[in-house]
Amino acid sequence: MHELGIARTIAETVERELSKSGGRRPRRVGLRIGVLAGVEAEALQFAFEALIKDTILDGMTLEVESRPVSCRCSNCGDPFVVRDFVFDCPRCGTTSTDCVGGRELEIAYLEVEDEPATRRT
Amino acid sequence: MNRLLVERKVLGENDRIALELRKRFRAQGTLCLNLISAPGSGKTSLLESTLRDCRPQDRVAVLTGDIQTDNDASRLRRFGFPVKQITTGGTCHLDARMVERALADWPGHNLEILFIENVGNLVCPASYDLGEAAKIALLSVTEGDDKPLKYPSIFFRSSLMLITKLDLLPYVPFDLAEAEKNARRVHPGIEIRGISTVTGEGVREWRLWIEKQREPHRLAALASVL
Repeated sequence: MHELGIARTIAETVERELSKSGGRRPRRVGLRIGVLAGVEAEALQFAFEALIKDTILDGMTLEVESRPVSCRCSNCGDPFVVRDFVFDCPRCGTTSTDCVGGRELEIAYLEVEDEPATRRT
Repeated sequence: MNRLLVERKVLGENDRIALELRKRFRAQGTLCLNLISAPGSGKTSLLESTLRDCRPQDRVAVLTGDIQTDNDASRLRRFGFPVKQITTGGTCHLDARMVERALADWPGHNLEILFIENVGNLVCPASYDLGEAAKIALLSVTEGDDKPLKYPSIFFRSSLMLITKLDLLPYVPFDLAEAEKNARRVHPGIEIRGISTVTGEGVREWRLWIEKQREPHRLAALASVL
């Protein structure tokens, strides 16, 4: 259950970004989570919602893009997506251990309303 | 609606501290090993066996993490090497900042080996880099040979899978070959060893594995002295 700590870091990052954007209301934060990041998206959603209740972030949503494990073949150099833990290059069959994706835990973007909250009537 | 690009790693701060720790360990010639497993897989017993076999002049230390109690540190201190307990107070994993803090007032600069015993948990510790040279996933034969498939991130990130409690193998339906196959499925490059701290089986191979990891660190230590 380290999702609560991760949710807190996300909320802090959003608050920092918001202060730079002149007090606009946040709508959505976009995350990229690799399937091997060790983070459960549903638990993170739950933690994030609980955490932002009655704060300036209340009501905003978390959008998670799940990222597959991907490798670059050590033999032919082709990038490929690992499905169901098959690490064999579909082109030349070489088993690859050089993973380039699947461990992401990144905040990609933040969506805010066009108008600063203070100017809303 | 306005979309602002943020592009930031959620655990960027942890990764930054871990990178600093890794640099420091490398410069000092300290091999740092991060031991991860479910509760009760034998991390502390492995460390007891390892410390028991160390010579008094070996510069070895242990940081041990638990949610509550310093029972593990008490068990490990009997061998005369520095041991420090990190009590996380509810947190299910160690993070790089906890390690950095624990090392701040500690004679860690001339260590040959620093063992970090993570909090017993097969999920969360996978996400936190502690600056270690290698993660080691322990899997005891009483847990089931499909654990690597159920908890792929830990086995994917570990350099070594150490199958523990081999002495119990006759009494449990654990298939060694199947466990190895499952581990290699989620991490084709993972190294695999087996051990029993009760019978001593595999203890020598475990020591040899550590010695092999020490090679580049020993050279670094030597270079820093010359």
